[in-house]
Amino acid sequence: MSAPTLYGLCAAALVGIGLFGLILHPTPLRKVISFNLVGCGAFLFFGIAARRGAGAGFAGDPIPQALVITGIVVAFAATALAVALILRMLEAGASTVDAKPLPPDDLSP
Amino acid sequence: MMPAQVAAPDGVLLILALMLPSIGLLAIFVLGHSRPERIALPVLAANLAVALIVALQVGHSGQAATYRLGGWLPPLGITLRADGLSAALIAMAALILFVVAIYARGNFASKAGGSESRQPMVFWTLLLGLSTALNTVFLAQDLFSLFVALELLTFSAVPLVCLEGSRETLRAALRYLLFALAGSVLYLIGVALLYGAYGTLDIASLHQVTRADRATSIALGLMIAGLMAKAALFPLHLWLPPAHAGAPAPASAVLSALVVKAPFFLILRLWFDVAPQPQPVIAGTMLAALGAASILVCSVLALRQARLKLMVAYSTVAQVGYLFLVFPLVMGSEAAVPWASIGWTGGVLQLVSHAFAKASMFLAAGLIAEAMGHDRIDDLGGAAEAVPISIAAFALAGLSLMGLPPAGGFVAKVMLLTAAVVSANWWIAATILAGGLLAAGYVFRVIGRAFADPAGGAPPPKAVARSRELAVLSLAGVALLLGFLPLQPFAYLGIGQGGMP
Amino acid sequence: MSLLVDLVLVALILMAAVWTVLVRDRRDAVIAFIVLGLLLSLVWMRLYAVDVALTEAAVGGGATGLVLLRACARLLPVEAEGRLPGPGTQIAAGLLSAIAAAGLAAVVLSPPVPYPSLAALAAENIHQVGLGNPVTAVLLAYRSLDTLLEKVVLVLAVIGVWALTPDAFWGGAPGSLKSKHASGALDLLARVLPPFGIVVGIYLVWNGADHPGGTFQGGTVLAAMWLLMMMADLADPPEIRLKRLRRLVVFGPAVFIAAGFAGIFMSGWFLSYPPDYAKPIIVAVEAALALSIAVILGLLVAGPAAEPPKR
Repeated sequence: MSAPTLYGLCAAALVGIGLFGLILHPTPLRKVISFNLVGCGAFLFFGIAARRGAGAGFAGDPIPQALVITGIVVAFAATALAVALILRMLEAGASTVDAKPLPPDDLSP
Repeated sequence: MMPAQVAAPDGVLLILALMLPSIGLLAIFVLGHSRPERIALPVLAANLAVALIVALQVGHSGQAATYRLGGWLPPLGITLRADGLSAALIAMAALILFVVAIYARGNFASKAGGSESRQPMVFWTLLLGLSTALNTVFLAQDLFSLFVALELLTFSAVPLVCLEGSRETLRAALRYLLFALAGSVLYLIGVALLYGAYGTLDIASLHQVTRADRATSIALGLMIAGLMAKAALFPLHLWLPPAHAGAPAPASAVLSALVVKAPFFLILRLWFDVAPQPQPVIAGTMLAALGAASILVCSVLALRQARLKLMVAYSTVAQVGYLFLVFPLVMGSEAAVPWASIGWTGGVLQLVSHAFAKASMFLAAGLIAEAMGHDRIDDLGGAAEAVPISIAAFALAGLSLMGLPPAGGFVAKVMLLTAAVVSANWWIAATILAGGLLAAGYVFRVIGRAFADPAGGAPPPKAVARSRELAVLSLAGVALLLGFLPLQPFAYLGIGQGGMP
Repeated sequence: MSLLVDLVLVALILMAAVWTVLVRDRRDAVIAFIVLGLLLSLVWMRLYAVDVALTEAAVGGGATGLVLLRACARLLPVEAEGRLPGPGTQIAAGLLSAIAAAGLAAVVLSPPVPYPSLAALAAENIHQVGLGNPVTAVLLAYRSLDTLLEKVVLVLAVIGVWALTPDAFWGGAPGSLKSKHASGALDLLARVLPPFGIVVGIYLVWNGADHPGGTFQGGTVLAAMWLLMMMADLADPPEIRLKRLRRLVVFGPAVFIAAGFAGIFMSGWFLSYPPDYAKPIIVAVEAALALSIAVILGLLVAGPAAEPPKR
């Protein structure tokens, strides 16, 4: 088995484990961490596409590598926004545990 | 693969559509101005002008307008392209954003001479962010650029939901963000797989080469599933009602009218422009079945809401459900190309007319709540006297949701219904009729209460600015005008479709 | 032998991933995730993607880890862990995830032959932008629109985080990043490291034109130095109303957009560069972007304002 194939299987496993965490955990912070795991898997898929596409004197296809760099930064920004939201909810006195959806009547101004 | 250094490109307007709102939001951010609307309104007006000129140019030339960023040809570079459909949609988005901005001066105009305050600064920058995001979604031809566009959309939309900062809106925003992020990452995995399979992310190039194999099906399946979560298709709709109902009225209007349409538009692109044809029948039927479930379940829920804004939000899920009926209808049609079928045309018209109708409805709901001091449907007695124009706009927009003439929604739903009957999809026809009846139920419930006598002891209604009421009415008017379109496929929407020039 | 290294790495990654999801304590989960990030940057080295390895270590593991750790510190005393769903849901979730993973694995195991790649096209055109590092050529030339729009995403993220400021604090400074357990080591580090860090950051940006490195990596190192100083209480988080701060955030994107429009006049297309000047323009844009990214990353970690503006 070649290294890219091995890492590709690893990426598939990361996506599976992350999805499991995303569904399993009721707390938003754990959901955010799981989202990041799935993201790591997604990036790794670009990584194996890059490595398998090596050629023209490059050890890897630079296009997917560049896409991953953009993706990592966007994922970080998303994490920062989600964490800020979670902390703000805490300050506002809301439980962040995602138990049941609020009854709709609670929502109006 | 020389970058084409030839001839001045005529598609430079497409760049302006992306850059004008971006520059506007950077300007508001950097100036820290006490009156951000003074930057945002002219920018949105210019954006509208750009969109209309693009739409007219496309119609005039009968060809799609294209622009190559940096002159690089795909698959190395990124292309922007306005075909008939994209041009119509950027014009739609620009018009609605502009009218919403006029209305929103009443909510977020800051006091003269004061320092910058939170809500106006955030609202106006993010409204411009949405404009950039939507224009990019409608114009970009590269699947990864579209991923970035979806993120632009998420980052602009989520903070608008909790602008008010109450506990419930924060919770709604967080739930929205988690759904949106999960959708994005599924989409991104699909993009990676497609690149691995074909070595390009350019839609036109993919159109030529996609094969019906396992990698392609899994990639497209993941991408469409992710976009379904973003479009709030049943059963992934739970995040939408609290988010759209919790946002301030002008933000709700944009979220419901435009933001949920972007992921649907991308599903349309993936389905007809990227996926190998013909698509498996079962996939189209599944999407339509979920759409039908959205229509029936959420129309019933809309009927049962006590609050006006939540009712309107549930109605959004139901009306977006209609869009997903398109897929089996196109497969069952005898038209040579999808955009020549009445099913496809009806779907696009439903998208556009719902956008105008729902924007008008949310803005009207906002004015009704401002005037009455609450939005409990049962206590709306006297609203017809207090804000007659808003109630009229609400009713006119309601016609479109019900599918009654004369309204854009009528033409759209008749086309969908005809397509369902012609292709013998009786369950779809039945769903469309039932959805219309349920919509009539929830719209008339509000109108009926609004004409009732005010309850004794209720505080007298507050006055709202006439200009804002007229803005609301103008959107309902557009939804109505769309009802005078002929019941047939439009040549305009076919311009540049399917890789044609 | 070399495959053995890969096998060990994959085994460690999967352990860290499972640990991240299954461990009870959320702080342990975050630490496992940070370890995972470091392991992944090794994977990127193994895949010969040095630029990605640098970014993953700096942003994916480092900055993300810092944000998550800060969140844990504030959540710990307050919030309960929440109860996991019942076994039925757990089994369903497991099945769904396993099916997804299996489908993806099947795709990995049957790659197309020959494998498609844009490496040749990227190589053919790189002389026109005068760069040695093909990844930089993609980010700043071939696909520069993505990079530009992503900068807009970052500014929107800053606005989104600031939007969570309570109204009374608007314009004020984010909460102090000073860690509760003040340590002499951190203080020493914060005094000694920044001069070197700044040099390394600038070097990475400059070097990124021809060798691995670039705006993000350089910007992140600069951001790390700033955060380090804030954590050691040598610098305060800035008030979010400051014009100077806002200008720094917008500087990079503004220069990028200006270069884009200049391209229309100089060489015909938005974001095109005249071949003779391509490299200096790109390096200038990168330098401006690195500065803005450093500030933006720092602000995203610092969070919304937590005190009213000072008079």
